[in-house]
Amino acid sequence: MNKQDSIIGKRQKLHAVRVLRDRIFVVGFALAVVVGILGLAALLFDVLIDGLPFLNINFLSSYASRKAENSGILAPLAGTIWIVGMTALLTIPIGVGTAIYLEEFASKNRFNRLIELNIANLAGVPSVIYGLLGLAVFVQFLFNGSRNVTAGALTMTLLILPIVVIASQEAIKAVPSSYRDAAYAMGANRWQVVKSVVLPQALPSMMSGIILALSRAIGESAPILIISSLVWVTFIPTSPDSKFTVLPLQIFTWISQPQQAFRGIAAAGIIVLLIVLLSMNGIAIWIRSKYQSRPEQ
Amino acid sequence: MATTSEIKSNRDLFERVARRRRRQHAEQTVVTWLLRGAALISILTTVGIVIILVAQSIGFFAEVSPWEFLTGTEWAPLFSPQKFGVLSLVGGTLLVAVIAGIVSLTLGLGAAIFLAEYAPEKLRRFLKPILEVLAGIPTVVYGYFALTFVTPILQNIFGHDQVIVFNALSAGLVMGLMIMPMVSTLSEDAMVAVPRSLRDAAYALGATRFEVSTKVVIPAALSGIVASFILGVSRAIGETMIVKIAAGATPNLTLNPLESIQAMTAYIVQVSLGETPQGSIEYKTIFAVGLLLFVMTLAMNIIGRWVISRFRQQYE
Repeated sequence: MNKQDSIIGKRQKLHAVRVLRDRIFVVGFALAVVVGILGLAALLFDVLIDGLPFLNINFLSSYASRKAENSGILAPLAGTIWIVGMTALLTIPIGVGTAIYLEEFASKNRFNRLIELNIANLAGVPSVIYGLLGLAVFVQFLFNGSRNVTAGALTMTLLILPIVVIASQEAIKAVPSSYRDAAYAMGANRWQVVKSVVLPQALPSMMSGIILALSRAIGESAPILIISSLVWVTFIPTSPDSKFTVLPLQIFTWISQPQQAFRGIAAAGIIVLLIVLLSMNGIAIWIRSKYQSRPEQ
Repeated sequence: MATTSEIKSNRDLFERVARRRRRQHAEQTVVTWLLRGAALISILTTVGIVIILVAQSIGFFAEVSPWEFLTGTEWAPLFSPQKFGVLSLVGGTLLVAVIAGIVSLTLGLGAAIFLAEYAPEKLRRFLKPILEVLAGIPTVVYGYFALTFVTPILQNIFGHDQVIVFNALSAGLVMGLMIMPMVSTLSEDAMVAVPRSLRDAAYALGATRFEVSTKVVIPAALSGIVASFILGVSRAIGETMIVKIAAGATPNLTLNPLESIQAMTAYIVQVSLGETPQGSIEYKTIFAVGLLLFVMTLAMNIIGRWVISRFRQQYE
């Protein structure tokens, strides 16, 4: 009798230990999430505390200056708009075209598989490498050493192209095949099916993918740093062959200044950059949720 | 009996339809070629990257032996006597990447287990987007955060004389935070793909959630988790702005994360910012370093994706 009791007792103790271990580790795993969120909070807090005092109308409407208190982000803001606009014009037709070709036109032969594999690999190439490509091909070869907006936009186009292609492919894949079959049954050819059935259906989800890719282009500094190299720009780009700077590059320049006062200016620039990105993400999410109530297959 | 005029109008109709068909067919042919051209651009990009990197590197290796480049431990191409030992840059890059890898794997895996195995659906849907904000923040912002927030904390912990303002640890920690959502998402995907029945079997034997997670789910999802780690480290190796801003510009082959280092990417950017004339040996170094960086990240990405695809086959 006693022996059985002690076995049961041991079992109970073991069980208690296992349950305790379970509880402790729940806390541990949850802590990982908490640390991530705290990191994000600390980052935002750090930037807001440093930057808010410098954020005013003057900051938005003046050019970079040697004095921290006179510095503004007009030139990089305009440069960013130029880069994003031109990148969008170039990336959307090429990226969406590639996705349509791969999903709707290409047969599954070796060459087309190679294209898909290649795009997946390009998505993993470090951005600084795209900068080197842009420097050698666009700046030096195409524009004879001119570090202009077009060279920057072309480089950014190549950089975000894989993201746009992959997002557009996902959007096209999500269109039910019954829609296509119905159009084919009416005698439509492949291009007609794509033009009038697949694209309109895939458009909202494609758009939100493209906006997210463009916001990546806004935040990216390494390739632009290699292309532009120019650090103090005190004018707004007026044509595609103007010199330029962009928001993250200007922020980087301010961070690199030895004077402490420029830290605050950099933080103010970061706030503007984050607001731009946040609103773009907001638009993407809004588009997605607005059109999500699509008929099921 | 059809009249002559009816036959004529029918013939017209047929011809009109045929003409339209021909036009539609021609349109499709043109569009197909345009689309094929768009798809070709991605191939041209890869070809362009390889040609540029290799061509410039050939010029570099004509003057510096590959052996000296790959085995030398001193990197000083901008001073005389010039030294071209890339190992000190590679060492700096790997030091930061390993710190980032450890941080992102610990946080990412913990978060993945919590989200996939413990958190109720509502909480998961609330937490995941918040974590994913981390992945959308520009790297230059992380650089600022490392330099102005994390480094001062490290200096307070380890002492100002121990921690240099620009150090590998601060950059690595912050980079780990940046990569965490990626590791977490990939690991979570791998864990969610583990069949429900395996979990149920373990629960039926009286296992706790912790035991199910660590003894059933993680082993079954291991290749996906390993892949997420490899892809995360590859991301860290290619990252530029954080190391440029926070880790310093001193090529330094060291294991001490509190020292200043220079990463490969940071070197490339440093030379691009300077007044290095095109065609000089200093200019060519950035392409040689770029080629090495390209090969390293490509190899890791291929291995990472290969591990994932093997894992997927197991349960489909």
